[in-house]
Amino acid sequence: MSAIPGTMIFDGAAAMKGYALNKMCFSFNGAANRAAFLADEAAYCRRYGLTAEQTAAVAARDVLALLRVGGNIYYLAKLAGILGLSVQDIGAQQTGVTVEAFKQKLIEAGY
Amino acid sequence: MAECVGGIATSHVPALGGAIAKGLKEDPYWRPFFDGFKSVHAWLAAKRPDAVVVIYNDHGLNFFLDKMPTFAVGAAPVYANADEGWGLPVQTPYQGAPELSWRLIERLVADEFDITTCQEMLVDHALTVPVQMLWPAGDPPPVIPVAVNTVQHPLPSAARCLKLGRSIGRFIAEEAGAKRILVLATGGLSHQLDGERAGFINKPFDLEFLDNLVGHPERVGALTTHQIVEQAGTQGVELLMWAAMRGALGERARRVGQTYHIPISNTAACVLTLEPA
Repeated sequence: MSAIPGTMIFDGAAAMKGYALNKMCFSFNGAANRAAFLADEAAYCRRYGLTAEQTAAVAARDVLALLRVGGNIYYLAKLAGILGLSVQDIGAQQTGVTVEAFKQKLIEAGY
Repeated sequence: MAECVGGIATSHVPALGGAIAKGLKEDPYWRPFFDGFKSVHAWLAAKRPDAVVVIYNDHGLNFFLDKMPTFAVGAAPVYANADEGWGLPVQTPYQGAPELSWRLIERLVADEFDITTCQEMLVDHALTVPVQMLWPAGDPPPVIPVAVNTVQHPLPSAARCLKLGRSIGRFIAEEAGAKRILVLATGGLSHQLDGERAGFINKPFDLEFLDNLVGHPERVGALTTHQIVEQAGTQGVELLMWAAMRGALGERARRVGQTYHIPISNTAACVLTLEPA
């Protein structure tokens, strides 16, 4: 199977690699957990056993890096929610364009 | 004998729930999509379903990677929604139809689907948003949730999802009494949230998919997961739910209505209504 450009498949290998990170993000369904994360991000990452690489990717708010360390977008969306980032914000960040340009690209997909 | 009154498939973009909560249905950005539901509301009023089988995918509310069922069927008297972490208002619980659920489970297992059964099951935006759009007065019929794994690969194939739908169709045909059952699929159409290809939307593929779904479901069943990701995006795999809905309608289906709108958030959005033909 040929790789699909710009696309990562969340398979068993990714699910193992990203387990701690995704488990932390899954906890963000709870408001108290979101508050605990915001109060001390590093301590919260340690509590879930994130690797140094995963903790750094969280600190950097770097979505592509979070994906590379095994993050799944459905769980990462809960982290993005805490940070007040929409799916257009994270789309713009991943594609290296402004949010306005990203939104325009979406509109143009309908032409 | 019960009757399958038809099938609806619709996108379930969370932002639609946000737009409903903020009263933005008439806003120029949202209106084209919400307007498409007016004819669906009229169709539903005429069909009066007694129960709805909702085929959807959980996005990390009820299921986590510790236990990830490929197919899970709700068998609860009531299904609660809950905080998903990014601000959608929590919806009031939905009434279930556990007796129907168990008969669906009996049929699926008899047809060799090794499903997970859930007597407690939180339902996320993939159920709540479509239900809000289809029954804006807040009076949906009892629901039978069927969750399909689209989070962690390997996913069930499109062919398998078509067969799942056929089995759901057999369950409906076997039901005694004059029940009227609707099959609802949620998700799609093409979209990709993650990776350097984020924002990918594929209108030509979507439109061809819709035509094939109606008239040539075997072509949909021939798609591999890899092809669906390539053509519809990483989250475009939610088209698997549409395949399952189509399977429930039997060999031939008639298109009652179809809208297609780009974009809703990052997604090509559609509501499709079918009747068995």
